[in-house]
Amino acid sequence: MDAQFVYQNLYDLFYMLVFPGLLFLIAFALFAEYVDRKLHARLQHRVGPPWFQPLADVIKLAAKEEMTPRLADRRMFLMAPLVALAATATAFLYIPTWKSDIRYHFEGDLILVLYMLTVPTVTFFLGGWYSRSVYSMIGAARAVMQLFAYEVPLFLCILGPALLANTWSISKMAAFYQVHPAFAALNILGLGVCLVALLGKLERVPFDIPEAETEIVAGSFTEYSGRLLAMLRLTIDLETIVGAALIAAVFLPFGLGLPAAAGFAVYLVKLLAVVCVLTVMRSIMARLRIDQMINLCWKVAAPLGVAQVLIDLVAKGYLPRGYLQ
Amino acid sequence: MFEGESVQVPVGPQHPALKEPTSFMLTLQGEKILQIAVRLGYNHRGIEKACEERTYVQGIYLIERICGICSHSHATCFVQAVEEIVGIQAPPRAQYIRTIVAELERIHSHLLWLGVAGHEVGFDTLLMYSWRDREIVMDLLALLTGNRVNYGINTFGGVRRDISPEQKADIFTRLNALEERTKYYVSVATQETTLINRLRNVGVLSPADAVRMGAVGPTARASSVDRDIRRDDPYLAYGEIPFKVITADCNDVYGRTLVRVGELMESYKMIRHALEHLPDGPIAVKAPRKVPAGEALGRYEAPRGEDVHYVRGNGTEKPDRVKVRAPTLANVQAVAKMLEDRYLADLPIVVAAIDPCFSCTDRLTEVRRADGPSSVLHWEQLRQYGIEWHRRHGIDFSKLNNSFRCPEDH
Repeated sequence: MDAQFVYQNLYDLFYMLVFPGLLFLIAFALFAEYVDRKLHARLQHRVGPPWFQPLADVIKLAAKEEMTPRLADRRMFLMAPLVALAATATAFLYIPTWKSDIRYHFEGDLILVLYMLTVPTVTFFLGGWYSRSVYSMIGAARAVMQLFAYEVPLFLCILGPALLANTWSISKMAAFYQVHPAFAALNILGLGVCLVALLGKLERVPFDIPEAETEIVAGSFTEYSGRLLAMLRLTIDLETIVGAALIAAVFLPFGLGLPAAAGFAVYLVKLLAVVCVLTVMRSIMARLRIDQMINLCWKVAAPLGVAQVLIDLVAKGYLPRGYLQ
Repeated sequence: MFEGESVQVPVGPQHPALKEPTSFMLTLQGEKILQIAVRLGYNHRGIEKACEERTYVQGIYLIERICGICSHSHATCFVQAVEEIVGIQAPPRAQYIRTIVAELERIHSHLLWLGVAGHEVGFDTLLMYSWRDREIVMDLLALLTGNRVNYGINTFGGVRRDISPEQKADIFTRLNALEERTKYYVSVATQETTLINRLRNVGVLSPADAVRMGAVGPTARASSVDRDIRRDDPYLAYGEIPFKVITADCNDVYGRTLVRVGELMESYKMIRHALEHLPDGPIAVKAPRKVPAGEALGRYEAPRGEDVHYVRGNGTEKPDRVKVRAPTLANVQAVAKMLEDRYLADLPIVVAAIDPCFSCTDRLTEVRRADGPSSVLHWEQLRQYGIEWHRRHGIDFSKLNNSFRCPEDH
């Protein structure tokens, strides 16, 4: 084993587990949760939590007793949070940070990331379904119904920009829009739809239907407690950041060429801006019913997604070839 | 979901949507409600019986604690019934002060309801806003009566505290602030799309059904049933204060919201009018301790609807019988009707829309085992059960109610 090989592997590990991998992701996700909760509280004329509250919550939950319902399928019940957390953290590795040429990318990583982002919802379904409580089962069914409603607009709106950039790699998309920032303006529609779809993915008001407290207690998460619940909560925090990073990489191609420190700052600001938009949206709306949510997604968001694809196809066909490499 | 087969979902007795224990057993097909079984009886407190054991004056304070929100409603309703039996009347100034407190109570109750309604449809910002503004009226009530709830302002023959000119000025200023905020809520309720989507055409109760099921208060008025005790059978100073009875023809939760917000605006006007025309004079007349034999029925338009108290005196210091019909009992029958063919997601807001107060309504405790027969215990049986239970645990209460006996010699 030569030194180069060892160094490479060590760097890989550091990249995946520390920076900008898991540890950074968790730290930033907890900070984003703080920003979200604080802003939400201020918008509601409340004081809001101190900065360390999200971390304290995780520690508190992790220290608590963990219970599995007697009727639950224990293996599925335990696996669900683990798989959800792993999938979300993996997706993050393939999304450009403050530069477009990141360590891990390949032609097709866009599909991998979208798939990895679907995994948590599916595991929430399985975890809820196998906990065998009526609230969990209804929550689980709702989560899947909701998944079918928001995934199509989300995919369409990311497909459009990918078509225009002529690549299936998020890094290359980011690089393309970095070179042609004017093209990013064509994707404004997609940005709006993506933000709405992300609200659905993160199960936030107005789309917190799968965990609607006043109807089904906590939906899929009703029976979870202790470390498993901490893991689920953390997964949703991570999902927020991964979703925000995806939106930033695809739709907000600013500051990618900057030097590391400045680029990093711009990156954080972009992500927090997305988080803040999501917070404002959840502060000013009521929860919809599942039928209203599905109507909205299929009758409004999906056609807008198709429009986004058409816009990008037309742009690709009519704009001078030279622009497209 | 659940392909054709139905599932039973218990909402209650413990559930985040409910602020008090009560039970709605739903039979769902997918998201759709096929059947709903409402069951009360989790917080019977025996207040009616307890009133018979206490003097009338003690009774006022107990009756006031029937409800933590419409406490003044119950107390005033009881006091009015007793005053009728005794044949005294509170002086005009006292009537006006009672009216002012009553309307302030309506304001705090409706603002509270608005917040709860927001919370039930996941609009927590509305909850935080309206409860923050509710503090203004809570402070006002504390200023006038010394308490935020359970004001203790009533006594037989009048009220216990006067309103000073400084307090009057204070009420005017704070009412202005409340009115501003309420205008804002009117605009939220009529413009916020997601909120309207959750309220419109939900919990429909046709005017005919509202009458047939005996709905009262804002629940009935939102179904075009133009009934308000304040106008139909004036009590306190309501005969002298001009006001509009707010109705809506929406028949749904949205209508109930509009009626309540509209009533808030009316209450501000009524309080201003009452303060401007506050008569001079004493605030109470002397009332006898013993109430002659006789019976009376008090009617009162509480924030949730008509409240009825029946009192029977027997010439002693203690009532012979007190019966309370809280507005929730009149409205709760309509809930099952409102939820016909609706979705699970509508349950919390439809239940909340009658502004239920289950502990005010409960009049019995029913013992049920999970899969066994149910049984109702009457007073004597319950007493016997208690004695038996304690005897099994080594304490004998069976002789307690008898006259004192010397221990038997052994």
